[in-house]
Amino acid sequence: MAIAAPWLAPNPPERRFPDLLYAPPTVVHLPGQGVPGLHVYPWTLESRLERRFAEDRSAPLTLRWFRDGRLISVDGSVEGGALLLLGADVYGRDIFSRVLYGARVLLLLAVVATFAAVLIGGLVGAAAGYAGGMLDEILSRLSDFVIVLPAIYVVLALRAVMPLVLPPVTVFLLLAAIFAVVGWPIVARGVRAIVSSEREREYVAGARALGASPWRVLVLHLLPAARGHLLTQATLLLPAFILAEATLSYVGLGFPNTVPTWGTMLQDASNGSLIAEAPWMLAPAAAIFIVVLAVNLSVQGTGRAPVQLER
Amino acid sequence: MIRFLLTRLLFALFLVVAVSSASLLLTRLAPGDVSTQLGPFAAAADVARERARFDLDRSIPAQWAIWAGRALRFDFGQSYLYNRPVGGLIAQAAANTALLAVVALTLATLAGIPLGIFTGSRRGGLLTGIVRGGSLVCLSLPPLLTSLLLVFVAARTGWLPAGGMTSVGSVDMSWGAWAADVAWHLPLPALALALPIAASFERLQAQAMAETIQEPFVLSAIARGVPPNAIIVGHAWRASLRSICAVYGLAIGALLSGSFVVEYIAAWPGLGRLMYEALRARDIYLVAGCAAMGGVFLAFGSLAADLLLVAADPRVREGQLQ
Repeated sequence: MAIAAPWLAPNPPERRFPDLLYAPPTVVHLPGQGVPGLHVYPWTLESRLERRFAEDRSAPLTLRWFRDGRLISVDGSVEGGALLLLGADVYGRDIFSRVLYGARVLLLLAVVATFAAVLIGGLVGAAAGYAGGMLDEILSRLSDFVIVLPAIYVVLALRAVMPLVLPPVTVFLLLAAIFAVVGWPIVARGVRAIVSSEREREYVAGARALGASPWRVLVLHLLPAARGHLLTQATLLLPAFILAEATLSYVGLGFPNTVPTWGTMLQDASNGSLIAEAPWMLAPAAAIFIVVLAVNLSVQGTGRAPVQLER
Repeated sequence: MIRFLLTRLLFALFLVVAVSSASLLLTRLAPGDVSTQLGPFAAAADVARERARFDLDRSIPAQWAIWAGRALRFDFGQSYLYNRPVGGLIAQAAANTALLAVVALTLATLAGIPLGIFTGSRRGGLLTGIVRGGSLVCLSLPPLLTSLLLVFVAARTGWLPAGGMTSVGSVDMSWGAWAADVAWHLPLPALALALPIAASFERLQAQAMAETIQEPFVLSAIARGVPPNAIIVGHAWRASLRSICAVYGLAIGALLSGSFVVEYIAAWPGLGRLMYEALRARDIYLVAGCAAMGGVFLAFGSLAADLLLVAADPRVREGQLQ
């Protein structure tokens, strides 16, 4: 869904509807009353001060399917005619479209960071488990130490000491790197345990007797044993990273406000009285909830209880 | 036992020193420092004076040595952000965070454990399903979402204040009125922090309960004719305590990181919020102080969890189990 955002989203994420600041979600009406097909009515601003909107019943707009490369849209040339499935934000931008576009940045970030964390964790864990001795001791102590720390503070501290304002691409790489730094020890600990116990098994001795180099043994014979663990960890890290991004952007240390991510969108909604008047601003929170719930359910489906305390 | 306590104490000391020194170093290396707040047109002499006031004109090892030497005498430096000693600031913020965390942990325990015993000790049933579904939902609502949600509810309904720890004008209040005011502001952040933790307690307790009920000693208790409720609480629950106590160690980390988000959103003047402000302002000694206090919390929390474990499981006390 996130990849297909440009087609699914009814509006470009940057487009502003100046008359529709904080407009509530557009109500889609079923066919009837002389209008064929699903249709909406444009919002007209009744009172700018109270942000009260009313439907302009005189000008129904029929939903257009597959027009201009978008799944659904309405004729944008009409005054106030906009398809805002989840309402509009501070600048009158379509929240639904922004949630979709935000998912792209966010999921890409989370996937890159998870991949990096699993890669580093896997390699470090394997090296520690296979080599044993001094190296194992040092690497294990290091990862234990990082695990003890509450991750969000580490992320916060690492991010905060960088220049506070950076271009989006730099922020993306920086966050991915920071998340990987925080995420790898958990992966490494499990991999180390698996590798160091598998190391003693007969098939490893067999491979070694056949003249396989340590690297070959490690990569071809031992890491596959840790595959399940790597996969589970990756599933658990993904929502954690999404959450970390949301938290960072919320407190103003993530992406700049021009990039739509769920965190920056929540930041727009950071005012209590404002949320009360425009609850649709919380749509990104619902999106985060859905992702985390999905992961919890799928982890539960694999037979493990979804017991992970956020750290 | 003494040996165990000593190693833990040593680790705690190491944790505090390492964390605070690392954050001192990070803040020092970060672009910008105290003199940034003087603005771009500040006189060079003023910049130099400000930097000298915080030992920023020294080399990094020299600054660390001065700071560490003072810290040994419980002088944690000056915060330029608040223009007062870091020690007092930290103590206040830590007390606020501790209040929030203890209340949240109590709430989570009171809600999560009994519900977990309930769902874990019976199969199926509508009520079990509801509790299980509810805790799965709460488990998927991290503090960021719960606090936003609760702030929304509070702002919409006006049942509770949407943020802050005290009302405007609390300075003039008598002690009793002040305490009542804080108690009035406490439920929202505490609940936001407690909900996900309560859910994970419930799930874990249910799981541990379901496992212990399969044990032979439960069967023998049933055969002896012990009433079911007495078996559940007196036998099975006591035996399942061990795995629950282990989770309390994890809960400390969850409380600390959760409290940062909650403090930020609900404007609770705690340690997490203070550290965030200090980091942004490059208030170097305040950052180090906050980190040290966080380390103390962490070490204390995991020690408390370990002691709980010792209390719950005599085998650990005897040193039979690691």
